[in-house]
Amino acid sequence: MTAAHGNPSGGPSGKPTGGLTFATVDSEAGLKVALSGPRPDIVMKLRESGLRGRGGAGFPTAVKWTLAAAARGEQKFVVCNADEGEPGTFKDRVILNEFPDLVFAGMTIGGRAIGAREGILYLRAEYTYMRDALEAVLERRRKAGLLGANAGGLAGFEFDIRIQMGAGAYVCGEETALIESLEGQRGEPRNRPPFPVDTGFMGLPSIVNNVETLAWVACIMAKGPEWFKAVGTDKSTGLKLFSVSGDCARPGVYEFPLGITVAKLLEAVGGSDAKAVQVGGASGHCLPRSEFTRALAFEDISTGGSIIVFGQSRDMLEVARNFLEFFVEESCGQCTPCRDGSVKLLEGVELLEEGECSTAYLRELKGLSKTMQLASKCGLGQSAPNAFLSIVEHFQGEILGRSAAGI
Amino acid sequence: MLVTEQDRLRQDIDALVERHGHARSALMPILQEVQRNYSLVSPYAMQVIADRLGIHPVEVHGVVSFYSYLSEKPKGRYIVRLCRTISCDMAGKTRIARQLENDLGIEFGETSRDGAFTLEWANCIGMCDQGPALLVNEKVFTRVTPAQVHEIIAECRAIFGNQAHQLREGLHS
Repeated sequence: MTAAHGNPSGGPSGKPTGGLTFATVDSEAGLKVALSGPRPDIVMKLRESGLRGRGGAGFPTAVKWTLAAAARGEQKFVVCNADEGEPGTFKDRVILNEFPDLVFAGMTIGGRAIGAREGILYLRAEYTYMRDALEAVLERRRKAGLLGANAGGLAGFEFDIRIQMGAGAYVCGEETALIESLEGQRGEPRNRPPFPVDTGFMGLPSIVNNVETLAWVACIMAKGPEWFKAVGTDKSTGLKLFSVSGDCARPGVYEFPLGITVAKLLEAVGGSDAKAVQVGGASGHCLPRSEFTRALAFEDISTGGSIIVFGQSRDMLEVARNFLEFFVEESCGQCTPCRDGSVKLLEGVELLEEGECSTAYLRELKGLSKTMQLASKCGLGQSAPNAFLSIVEHFQGEILGRSAAGI
Repeated sequence: MLVTEQDRLRQDIDALVERHGHARSALMPILQEVQRNYSLVSPYAMQVIADRLGIHPVEVHGVVSFYSYLSEKPKGRYIVRLCRTISCDMAGKTRIARQLENDLGIEFGETSRDGAFTLEWANCIGMCDQGPALLVNEKVFTRVTPAQVHEIIAECRAIFGNQAHQLREGLHS
């Protein structure tokens, strides 16, 4: 199977996407397979497929589900993380618009695999306009017997899904912050361990998976692990959706096998003359042309699929400023390295803009960045300095010694 | 019978608690509906919700102050949220921002005197391939041009002016 060229897609409420694999898979076929075999078969198939989390962290889905299945709890939960807030990411919007059945089937399969009766879709507030349509899909699935008592026709298997809305906090994309929010708390990340597979929603075993991951689960059940790992690399199997925006001819959602190089992706989207590419959103890395040969895969550049293209005329310091403003705003404020570090880095960017940053002070800022990476409590703070660091590293000539008026 | 504003609010909260339950996990859905119906979560509302859920009002306040979609100060009927994150920034959000300020007569973070509009920045709203993008309440507008700003605002004003009794319907559905 060759899905080497992607297809753009989009539309605020979603238009038909020709070309995505999700369009070719019958969402219920996977559910049927999962419900007809013995329970452990589900994680076995996932393990064979090599599926890793599509939200960006790349944790093996089978491991997460095995741990949750083995954990003890009166009740367990399947949580779908639809708090898609990473700058430059919008693939989950397209999936939820166009293939909601795949996602709900994936959640139901998760319920069967770990022994949960309840699924929760945590939908970001900015996507409220999708809620009614998603509720309608859930209602249709209940009527069709795919949710509720004896879900999917399996006697004794009870599973239903509800939607809970986010309220505009980027940090709630972090799984423990998301759980806090579900519990009616401030969205402040917890220490891990314990992990949600043991101590999740209401202190009970829970799996938290990205929208895309759950859709792939349904596909893998339908088509088998061999089909899935026929593309990709050894460590990063399968296809992945990429959200492409910025200075390119054809922005949109694309599907590529993992392991594709940045250069190839740029060629497909019409952005080959790019000056730099931000991979992984605000929390990701900024790659200069010299690194376009690198592969988008968990073993090289791990990403949730956000690709932002910067054309030749872009000022990279402005890019760094935009990302740091984002983190200053979105830091939950709980731990010091992230809360204060982001502000200090932003002040540093202001000094650079005014042409008043000494090389020694820039070195201090790099040191502070390392501290943030090491000492922040959650992924937000640990990755907040990434963009700044990579821009300072690769575009030092461009950012040092400016005059106050600009370059 | 005379029903005071506070009575009405209390009844509304009771109905919400009835629907969502008394558990702490019901707090977010309850707050979200109060915000939606009243354009703010007032100190009185926080007190009543805290009483009903059996938690301290400070706990409720902590949650309200954390999330950008919940507010203690009254928001306008129409909350215009312009995305300022990088892709929309590169697509020209600055000019849209300027025109919004010009046409609404308020700056970012402010609410118009007639209570019709609040203008805010948003962080990435997931429309990066179609920027500049903005949300008006729940409705999304993409590839906005400075010239369209006026149309978007006029549409809201028409609903706000002519159908004061169902102010929100147009942009909440």
